[in-house]
Amino acid sequence: MVRCECVECGGDVQVPGDAMQGEILTCPDCGVELEVTSLNPVQVELAPMVMEDWGE
Amino acid sequence: MRVGILCSRVRVEEKLLFDAFEALGIAAERLDEREIAARVGRYQPEVDVLLERSVSTSAGLVAVQLFEAGGIPTINSYATSSVCADKIRTSLALAVAGVPQPETEIAFSPEAALESIERLGYPVVMKPPTGSWGRLLARINDRDAAEAIIEHKETLGGVNHHIYYLQEYVAKPGRDIRAFVIGTDAICAIYRNSPHWITNTARGGQAANCPITDDIADICARAARAVSGGQGGVLAIDLLEAPDRGLLVCEVNHTMEFRNSIAPTGVNIPERVAQYTLAVAGERV
Repeated sequence: MVRCECVECGGDVQVPGDAMQGEILTCPDCGVELEVTSLNPVQVELAPMVMEDWGE
Repeated sequence: MRVGILCSRVRVEEKLLFDAFEALGIAAERLDEREIAARVGRYQPEVDVLLERSVSTSAGLVAVQLFEAGGIPTINSYATSSVCADKIRTSLALAVAGVPQPETEIAFSPEAALESIERLGYPVVMKPPTGSWGRLLARINDRDAAEAIIEHKETLGGVNHHIYYLQEYVAKPGRDIRAFVIGTDAICAIYRNSPHWITNTARGGQAANCPITDDIADICARAARAVSGGQGGVLAIDLLEAPDRGLLVCEVNHTMEFRNSIAPTGVNIPERVAQYTLAVAGERV
């Protein structure tokens, strides 16, 4: 488990050891969705907002 | 064998798919469509097969075309994906193949839409021709609601919302069926139980195992062939149990989510998808 800082609220976000680039995490403090953009070093950015054409 | 999985957002499903390929001895490569800039006519992806899993339908459709143009087989093919991504094209393909579906009308103006709604009879279901996760579906119970929703779509919606896709409302028994199809075989299915008329698990529907009956297997095979030119694919087919007509195909999904369906069915869906992907690649590489 690695920790990083939420880019929205500065909260403490735990990144699982098996996390993948592109995975979405939720900040436990502010609830914002974060995208893992790098694993070494661990970096997160605000995840893109859901678009109208998203789905399955 | 070089397997590419196209995905910007890595959901539970994508992680399970990467794990499934790894269990088969394949280190699948994640391809993020946001990083693609392709020279038309010269794009040569460095994979042998592409499993398209983009959360963005439009990005997935374009990417699949680029890969196919580069000679790379894709799951699903563009031909199949583009039919499934468009409810109008899906309905037309099902109709040509004689696959049972709810009565459906397409209308091109507010006035024509009202005529269609009155002809189908209340309640009527209105859906955007493209869309997912149960968003922007409307059950229209009377003319007042019909006029209001049409006015809203005309005023607030983009051009995509000015083509009206209308279906009879099927009084299903508090659930629908989602069947998972590999090739043309229904490998497992779930009931999606919900007190709400929209039963998508993305909208709170609860999954329970649904045994594959001969009727389910038959209609799924026919629907899979209908949307794919006969070859089938990796598909999730939503079925309605009409009290008077039996099973009807409601829609066919081409980048299905399945996280809630593995435990109730006991079927390792990602493993089956991975095996199918390798089989398709093996046929063509």
